[in-house]
Amino acid sequence: MSALSDRLAAGKFTVTAELSPARGASAAAMTARAQLLRGWVDAVNLTDNQGSHVRMSSWAAALTAKSAGLEPIMQMTCRDRNRIALQSDLLGAASAGIENFLFMSGDHPKFGDHPGAKPVFDLDSTQLTWTARTMRDEGRLLSGVELKPPPGPIFLGAVENPFAPPLEFRAERAGKKIAAGAQFMQTQYVFDVDVFAGWMARLGDLGLLERCHILAGVGVIRSARMLEFLASGKVPGVVIPEPVRKRLAAVPAEQTGAEGAKLAAEIIARLRELPGVAGVHLLTAGYEKQTPALLEMAGVAEGRGPAPAAVAERAPDGD
Amino acid sequence: MSRSPVPVELLTAPPQSPAAWRPGAGEPGTPRPRRPRLSPAAAYLMQKVLAPSPAKRALGAAIERWPLARRMFTAAERASKEQLFGCRMCAQCALPVTGYSCPMGCPKELRNGPCGGVGPGGACEVHPGLRCVWVVGYERAAAQGRQGDLRRLQRPVDHRKFGESSWLNYWAGRDENLWTGDDALTPEGRPPL
Repeated sequence: MSALSDRLAAGKFTVTAELSPARGASAAAMTARAQLLRGWVDAVNLTDNQGSHVRMSSWAAALTAKSAGLEPIMQMTCRDRNRIALQSDLLGAASAGIENFLFMSGDHPKFGDHPGAKPVFDLDSTQLTWTARTMRDEGRLLSGVELKPPPGPIFLGAVENPFAPPLEFRAERAGKKIAAGAQFMQTQYVFDVDVFAGWMARLGDLGLLERCHILAGVGVIRSARMLEFLASGKVPGVVIPEPVRKRLAAVPAEQTGAEGAKLAAEIIARLRELPGVAGVHLLTAGYEKQTPALLEMAGVAEGRGPAPAAVAERAPDGD
Repeated sequence: MSRSPVPVELLTAPPQSPAAWRPGAGEPGTPRPRRPRLSPAAAYLMQKVLAPSPAKRALGAAIERWPLARRMFTAAERASKEQLFGCRMCAQCALPVTGYSCPMGCPKELRNGPCGGVGPGGACEVHPGLRCVWVVGYERAAAQGRQGDLRRLQRPVDHRKFGESSWLNYWAGRDENLWTGDDALTPEGRPPL
């Protein structure tokens, strides 16, 4: 099993972080950012052309992260590939030693740098998760054709936004992904811990928390401009509650970043206390330098740090 | 053809207006959510009327034996469901378990529930002036106590079938595997793909 799945199974508070693949044909800048996270987070998510903007493919970026000594979670969206290409990339990535996958529908091309692109959406995220589970557990493709050999014990993840309508259905939608095969789930930004707690309680009622590890999404509002942008309601699926907006708007613009980090640390600390929360997922790409300070402020940095031991441990893997 | 269940003008009428037309099989463009024109109560009543039975199975088989009848029946289904639900003739109709709000009107064609980009008021992420098909579907299903239907896992669409009649497929039992039971969320109900 993957190191991430072992850690979650052991019940240890887990921190994952988003790492954006490079927009270019060199991984050097990405490797430098990855180095800043090594030892501090348990795994990194390599996004799949996030926001429908072209970047290096997530499997290539996942291999880069792996060679930088990080545990990669390869994201796959349904936007750009049909079921043939998705299964083929999954096999390729598994053969290269990528063990964690995260499936989502993906943003619509309309929002990206190629708005004229054909949206594929041949499968949806639930069906893709179901397909991956079938490939692993039943050793066959969606078509029924046998895999020789099937992917090893890959660890399957999905996403949910507990804050988007219909709120009453969000726990059940998460449940559909869990039924399809999701073993861990990362969420959209949590700025409203109460709404999130309600969603978690509903998951508990449905008996889903025993079947899936929940990692709550945490973001840092780094500037007054970012606050304005996120609170505008123009970012799909992101809700900034009024008290949060007021709190950050009350400080002078040059201190918004510091207050935003403080807020994020408080949210992490509160999430840690919620029953069933397995950890947090930092949606903070580009914030790698400040990530250690954020974890320390949140009180979850114990046992973390740029430990050379972590590097030595991974060396025999041939990384 | 005197036995045709729909008036002839429905078979020959062009789409009402260019704005009402939605992209169908093989046509470019992003699908758009369409608000159903049939009330939830009427839609579930229609479900009872259309439910498969030995008589309908026989009728469907008779229609399928005769290419012209099949074409006319399919055209009638297209015309009525286009008007009522914005049907795109995927031929694998999910309406009975989606509150009769068509998931193929979702710009991402999501068959298993809404994406994470639904706006706070229930707006579609891609067409902010329109409501998310799943928000509408959840409300409509819940209004009839049928929200449990949305727990079913929907299997992938077969793109070869676009343009066929879903009613003929339904009566012939060819789409029995489109979705799982409504106990899919329980460990015992965990469905094979």
